[in-house]
Amino acid sequence: MPGARRRRAYSALFRVGTVVSLLLVLSPALWLLAGVAARAVPHWQWSVLWTGLQGENGGLLGPILGTLVLMGGVLVIAGSVGVLAGIHLAGTVRTAKAGRGRRADSVATWLRIASDTLAGFPSIVLGYVGYVALVVGLHWGFSLLPALLVLSMMVIPYIAKATETALRQVPLGYREGAEALGMPTGFALRKVVLKSAAPGIVTGLLLALAIAGGETAPLLFTAEFSSTVWTGAFIHAHGFGYLTYIVYQYWSYPSAHANDLSYDAGLVLVVMVLLLLFTARLVVARTQRHAESRGR
Amino acid sequence: MTTAFHAGSTRSKSAFVAEASAWRWAARVAAVLPTAALVFVVAVLALKAYPAVKVNGTHFFTGSEWKIGSTYAPTVRTDGVAHPSGAAFGAWPLIAGTLQTSAIAVAIALPVSVGCAFALTERLPRWISRPLGFAIELLAGVPSVVLGLWGVLTFGPVLSRTVYPFIAHHLPTVPVLSFFKGTVGHGEGLLTGGLTLALMVVPIITATTADLFRQVPVLPKEGGEALGMTGYEVARRITLRWVRSGVVGATVLGLARALGETMALVLTVGAIFKLAPNVYSPMSTIAAAIATQLDSSLTDGTGFAVSSIAELALVLGVISVLVNLLARWIVLRTSFDGRPLRRAA
Repeated sequence: MPGARRRRAYSALFRVGTVVSLLLVLSPALWLLAGVAARAVPHWQWSVLWTGLQGENGGLLGPILGTLVLMGGVLVIAGSVGVLAGIHLAGTVRTAKAGRGRRADSVATWLRIASDTLAGFPSIVLGYVGYVALVVGLHWGFSLLPALLVLSMMVIPYIAKATETALRQVPLGYREGAEALGMPTGFALRKVVLKSAAPGIVTGLLLALAIAGGETAPLLFTAEFSSTVWTGAFIHAHGFGYLTYIVYQYWSYPSAHANDLSYDAGLVLVVMVLLLLFTARLVVARTQRHAESRGR
Repeated sequence: MTTAFHAGSTRSKSAFVAEASAWRWAARVAAVLPTAALVFVVAVLALKAYPAVKVNGTHFFTGSEWKIGSTYAPTVRTDGVAHPSGAAFGAWPLIAGTLQTSAIAVAIALPVSVGCAFALTERLPRWISRPLGFAIELLAGVPSVVLGLWGVLTFGPVLSRTVYPFIAHHLPTVPVLSFFKGTVGHGEGLLTGGLTLALMVVPIITATTADLFRQVPVLPKEGGEALGMTGYEVARRITLRWVRSGVVGATVLGLARALGETMALVLTVGAIFKLAPNVYSPMSTIAAAIATQLDSSLTDGTGFAVSSIAELALVLGVISVLVNLLARWIVLRTSFDGRPLRRAA
């Protein structure tokens, strides 16, 4: 049994330790934000946002639009598939005779494990598969569609999980009430269940967009790069430009303007992602204020 | 809502039945898609890697040279697989490098994250812990390529001028710690990569752990304090014990993230395919090697180099799947004896 003094010393040490570890995380985080800003701000010109990119000259218009197109595409593909998958996994519409009971639940468990496993797959490996199977195998070439499919494959598990969690938090009474009023299943799903789960689903979608916008590794071998603005082609496009590529490559180019573009792209990306996360946070905060029964 | 319902109910009944079954079938198909994608990914990797697995054999795991071979000399055939003469694909430095960077990242991130979680949930007032928690959440959202750029331009160089020489100079020359001695380099290497990675893993473990700590009931903690336990003892014997399995699960998920991370490491570890002689030396990981090698592998007309990359990807995929399943198993296995009352006698 340690003495009282030693125990008190440990406790003091622990108190100091928690604060130190907080500082150990926050100071590099601040340093990172300051570092990104410090490299971009001194030479910052707003015209970078709407000037086209020509090789190593010009601005970031093409890549910025490219990242937005990628995010939009992911929202459409991964959003619809992920939300529907989440609806199935939560068991909300599995009420037909065939889909009820233990067996359907155990199938859902396996689907969930597979989905989690896919989420744990390294993104570079998914990118390689996209390259081998879509870019080369199907002769699509470096273009938008293979990039979109690989990115969607990455984030569908996140969206499905967020949707499932949000649906499970909808009180059972809501669904029972809807059924008791004689609402048809699909109608009740749309108007009652999905509506009250919407904040959780929207948060999941925003986080998925943040992931998609900040990804580089799976895009290197599916979209490669192009400095021109997207022409509307989904396949056979000879490359597709996006912001993270500029950050990855242009900092080591010999020209000072290319290096500046790389820092600018980093700042634009960070601002974009922070805005998305901030919006997600606002959605959560707003809905928690209105629902007093929920939340911890 | 009532009006909407009545407006809707003017449709025929069969339309509603059709809608319900459309939802059901769409959801069913969508739920199978991730599984289908997983099977597809594994199948493509296995097919593509098969020639490399056949020719490289166990040398792939023990050899430490990664050479495409001479693309000008006539191609050679081994076991019916064509490849350039002099090709050698040994991935041991990459496999070891992946484990080293991840080990550094998790070894640093775990204690720091648990400390952060305690600070956020137990020590600080709510008005300050909420924005700090959000700041850590934002750190998780910073794109890894931006983190890598900062790592190679600012973080690494500054550390190699200040902290690294200090560590290298003052540590004693004993078996494990001697790995931290020797020339310090310019900040591109194993330690810089591991620290950058730690910065990516911390938010993952902290967020989960803080959530878990908030779920620990107040009564056992108050009971501990009433028995005269100090703050540290309550934290260690009650709070941490209560959620142990969850913390372990979060840590293993962070580990999986570290094993598969590419961009932050491509930029910070120096990308040299050799075992690091000390902790400051440039090296590479599997994920970084895939990202940097595919371009040059395309020059191999026989396709053998690309096949060897597939073998790398397969190894990385298998490692991360195993780690993920391990996390799941740990959480399932220990979730029942996570209560301190049964264990702490």
